[in-house]
Amino acid sequence: MFKTILHHHALSGGDCAKLCCTKIEDFSVHIGRMDIFSHVHMHIHCGQLTALIGPNGAGKSTLLKAILGEVPHTGVLHYVDAKGKHTGHPRIGYVPQYLQFDVSAPTSVMDIFMACLSKRPVWLCRGKKLRPRVLASLARVKADHLIDRRLGALSGGELQRVLLALSLDPLPDLLLLDEPVSGVDKNGLELFYEIVADLRAREDMAIILISHDLDLVAKHADQVVLLDHGVVCSGTPEEVFHDPRTHAVFGMLAGNPEGGEAL
Amino acid sequence: MIEAIYHVLDLLFPFAWMDHIFMKNAFLAVLLVTPLFGLLSTMVVSNRMAFFSDSLGHGSFTGIAIGVLLGAGSPLASLVVFSILFSFLITWIKNRSSASTDTIIGVFSSTAIALGLMLMSYGGGFNKFSTYLIGDLLSITPADLLALVFVFFAVLFVWALIFNRLLVLSINPSFARSRGISTLFVESVFAALLAVVVSISIQWVGLLIINSLLVLPAAAARNITNDVKHYHMLSIGTALLSGLTGLVLAYYCNMAAGATIVVIAAAIFFLTLLFKPYFVK
Repeated sequence: MFKTILHHHALSGGDCAKLCCTKIEDFSVHIGRMDIFSHVHMHIHCGQLTALIGPNGAGKSTLLKAILGEVPHTGVLHYVDAKGKHTGHPRIGYVPQYLQFDVSAPTSVMDIFMACLSKRPVWLCRGKKLRPRVLASLARVKADHLIDRRLGALSGGELQRVLLALSLDPLPDLLLLDEPVSGVDKNGLELFYEIVADLRAREDMAIILISHDLDLVAKHADQVVLLDHGVVCSGTPEEVFHDPRTHAVFGMLAGNPEGGEAL
Repeated sequence: MIEAIYHVLDLLFPFAWMDHIFMKNAFLAVLLVTPLFGLLSTMVVSNRMAFFSDSLGHGSFTGIAIGVLLGAGSPLASLVVFSILFSFLITWIKNRSSASTDTIIGVFSSTAIALGLMLMSYGGGFNKFSTYLIGDLLSITPADLLALVFVFFAVLFVWALIFNRLLVLSINPSFARSRGISTLFVESVFAALLAVVVSISIQWVGLLIINSLLVLPAAAARNITNDVKHYHMLSIGTALLSGLTGLVLAYYCNMAAGATIVVIAAAIFFLTLLFKPYFVK
């Protein structure tokens, strides 16, 4: 209920003083002598789904890793929580693009949840107390039937949903999603977007999503940022998709000066 | 204390092989050491550290040589310290460098064994070290057993503390980092555990086959399990079973105990490989 009230303020007020927001200020990443991207400014509110689009090699995944702190970068991340405190460090949930792991590992979905959430050693203790919590987490992403499945036996879409559920417990302030380019079928992708859009509304969470499916972005995102070694343009999906600069970036890639294929 | 345990063993196992004190000691040692190998091997295999654990055996060669040259009585203390430092060094460089892990471990492993051989051959007396190559399970003393009991509980305790983080790390290191896990710390603790267990048991099991005990139990167990608990139970079970049957078989056939244990563990591995399609979901 508390969250709903805050969200209400957000709708009427709309400024940063009254709701939580994340500001990415002047992010730059250089690897060796190569500029991956520079001078990236982004402003993300809670309850907003920000889609990050751009051609391959534009630095999208690296930007997420820089926000996570996994890649050395310049620039600062400001986070202001719902009470107006500058906490500096938002709790970040992250779903990687690929999870490379040994598919023959004898580890079940329940095992990995217990390893992440509990201090009790998985090999020794029974996870009876934790099981309802894990089931609830999985149910949120429509994956509760997968709890006793082996991690390596999951399909691409199922694994992605399990990872999403994992990144949502404990509930993060900022959720970073790196959408896989392949390995998830169209139906799986649709379901994933529905779950994410639903989360944004229910949990009042700020979400940054790297996306390759511009149709789904147009349908679900609140804000779109086009990245190509720097922010090319940003705004609502309509604004960005009708911007000539977007057409220039995607049109060039598709070899079609009239505009991108998915626009 | 030890007399009482011997008495209990006599009552429990009224067989010819249990008549000898050295067999009683070896039996107790197997009971303490093989579960540790079973436990650690689960994550050696899951983290693809078979080559790493192999290099620890090689590194301990240098440790023994240094210990003997320093003349510190039993080379065990120098061995444990050197092995831990060696394992930290590999882990640290592996995390810092972008070269492939294989190459880094290969470099350290070959350097360590060459350095060890060089130091051991100093003065021409290499033969006194040959027990470390084959190992002698029947040379265990009650004092060794007492030390083993301490190591047994220490490893169990640390394992309970770090296992969850190690499991997440074994799935994917960058996923582990995104969950706030200090991967270097967890890896170093695991490496140190391995170093301790390898270096104290190398005199009984031998350098040539010690690594098989860190690979085979878990390799067999993961053929037929789907979750962490069963994986652990079967890995420990495999290690214990092959340890005890290997010891008894070695006694009756008059063979090296360590090697017999490994052959039985390998047999269990191939057996589970046959049944894999019926168990893995």
